[in-house]
Amino acid sequence: MDFQIALILGQDGITNGAIYALLALALVLVFAVTRVIFIPQGEFVAYGALTLAMIGNNVFPATAWLLLGAGVAVAALDGLGALRAGQARKLPRVLAVNVGYPLAVIALLRLLPLAELGLAVQILLAMLVVVPLGPMMYRIVYQPIAEATVLVLLIVSVASHVAMVGLGLLFFGAEGYRTPPLSDARFDLGSLSISGQTIWVVAASIVLIVALALFFGRTIYGKALRATAINRNGARLMGIPPALAGKLTFLLAALIGVLSGVLISPITTIYYDSGFLIGLKGFVAAIIGGLASYPLAAFGAVLVGLLESFSSFWASAYKEVLVFTLIIPVLVWRSLTSHHVEEEE
Amino acid sequence: MKLKKTLFVALGLAFAAGAAHAQLKVGITVSATGPAASLGIPERNTVELMPKEIGGQKVTYIVLDDASDTTSAVKNIRKLVSEDKVDVVLGSTTSPNSLGMIDVAAESQTPMIAWAASSRIVEPVDEKRRWVFKTPQNDSHMSTAIVSHMTSNNVKNVAFIGFADAYGEGWYEQFKSVAEARGIKIVANERFTRTDTSVTGQVLKMMAAKPDAMFIAGSGTPAALPQKTLKERGWSGKVYQTHGVANNDFLRVCGADCEGTLLPAGPVLVADQLPDDNPVKASAMTYIKAYEAAHGKGSVSTFGAHAWDSGVMLQAAVPEALKKAQPGTAEFRAALRDALEGMKEVAGAHGVFTMGPNDHLGLDQRARVMVQIQKGAWKLVQ
Repeated sequence: MDFQIALILGQDGITNGAIYALLALALVLVFAVTRVIFIPQGEFVAYGALTLAMIGNNVFPATAWLLLGAGVAVAALDGLGALRAGQARKLPRVLAVNVGYPLAVIALLRLLPLAELGLAVQILLAMLVVVPLGPMMYRIVYQPIAEATVLVLLIVSVASHVAMVGLGLLFFGAEGYRTPPLSDARFDLGSLSISGQTIWVVAASIVLIVALALFFGRTIYGKALRATAINRNGARLMGIPPALAGKLTFLLAALIGVLSGVLISPITTIYYDSGFLIGLKGFVAAIIGGLASYPLAAFGAVLVGLLESFSSFWASAYKEVLVFTLIIPVLVWRSLTSHHVEEEE
Repeated sequence: MKLKKTLFVALGLAFAAGAAHAQLKVGITVSATGPAASLGIPERNTVELMPKEIGGQKVTYIVLDDASDTTSAVKNIRKLVSEDKVDVVLGSTTSPNSLGMIDVAAESQTPMIAWAASSRIVEPVDEKRRWVFKTPQNDSHMSTAIVSHMTSNNVKNVAFIGFADAYGEGWYEQFKSVAEARGIKIVANERFTRTDTSVTGQVLKMMAAKPDAMFIAGSGTPAALPQKTLKERGWSGKVYQTHGVANNDFLRVCGADCEGTLLPAGPVLVADQLPDDNPVKASAMTYIKAYEAAHGKGSVSTFGAHAWDSGVMLQAAVPEALKKAQPGTAEFRAALRDALEGMKEVAGAHGVFTMGPNDHLGLDQRARVMVQIQKGAWKLVQ
């Protein structure tokens, strides 16, 4: 190993680490606000990447049908709720948002010449299809059991993960896809050659992290989420509906997932079940941050990325083992240094 | 009381009628979902094209999905032999699944034809493996093809990268034993997994060893990743892949980066380029035509052809067995096993099968060709 190889490996590790960082942030966010350990986070990566690949190949993405199905389910739940509460005048709005929107997206996908659109428009379309699945998923799966224990929520997460992987196989088939890179440029810095895609990944991650920080620090919705994360009951007493906080969180998580998918799919082939492992590495990073600290989680993600790329050089057969073993010393260290606080019910 | 009696008589008659018009029951377990789905789906599609009638007997296929999971595969074969009382079992897609099924096939004395590659499925032919046959080539068939291509092209040092699972490990062992016997040195030995997002580390190490050729042992589209990374790092020498990548999805994902790649494959991959006197050409073309008629042009893959070959075997062996016993009986299953073992020169899509008491695969060097990727298509290397 010489200096040049170390540089290349470092670059590789930071690129992957940036994506793990995004996922780790989403996991920390979802856990802080809703106490859900969001295992299907990785599926949003795969759904985003593969929906984009479908659009790029001029195929109607089947995820749009899932959007419609989920929308109808949400409309039924919310509509029944409104009727029971005697608020029939809410019905048109519920229908427009949950059924009208998916129908509009489907119409858009059917009418536009998908393959001829620019990559930016294709990415936008993929986001329009996949991102709303996040809040819809919260409404259907998690909202009815929002007060359940962390363990129940975790088991429901496992179930949703398995269901989404199965649907992914149905939608996209067993084979993987790659999407075109966001930039073909290459920059030579001395002996190191950096691809435009790497810069995109790192820059997009930093921009997103800064945007999230601003969102939480400066906007009323961000502050509402922070308040819910700190004290759920207190936030409710201050007039922040937990359902809104949950939906907003899942919207952000889905958005981050889809963006990660768009960023990673030009670097590697994405399969219907690729999301799980990528999400799991984000989870290791989130654990390093104790599922609470955003900066520590981001740091952990870069650590995971670097560890992964250097161990693939020295001991490729044990790469995954090394990455996931990292979690043990971290847990030991965390349990020794932090004081255990009983969860308030 | 009278009514009850009538019912019993009617039922009895119905069963008797069923026995008289016995039909051949074929039980199938296939990995149509899960990690091996890209192999299992074309196999399941192929089942629909298999003969509906053999030797005047109607054939019923009972297809179960095992989700690429060994426990489910074993559960499936138990259900097939005990509840459905099938005469023969086909599948499963992967080697671990098929190895797990051997015990049940032997215990219930049901012949089984596996669609998975590991040579351990049929070797050595012992008390249990008496009942087990398979259609795909052994890895040793394929590795000798690669090694002889390497020696005739002056390749002395090879860097190896394979899946970090039974596939990569098996190939490494096979390749090492054949290569070292012919004086080829393996200068790097790396592993990667199907789900890796980067193999830069491994590739840098392989290139640092300065080999004459790279050898990638992976199956399906994940095997494109090391090759793309090699290209990105400026490798312009020879790259060998295994027959595990011989499907059109690999070409789509790898694109121009895989130009010039060499691999061994079953002859069905380049059937139209085979010389007319090749015994496999006609039977391989029959399969390709049948599959493409049902699923569209260019949809055929070599994996489905392994399933097709088990149908070819049944078509050759069932008429022999019917001379001795009726389907649905233990005698028939034993006769079918004997007929399968006695097959001579039966041409399938992947080669010519000649079985024997110690050879339950029956393929020879006609079952493989060297292929090169040229202009995004498979080209036979003469």
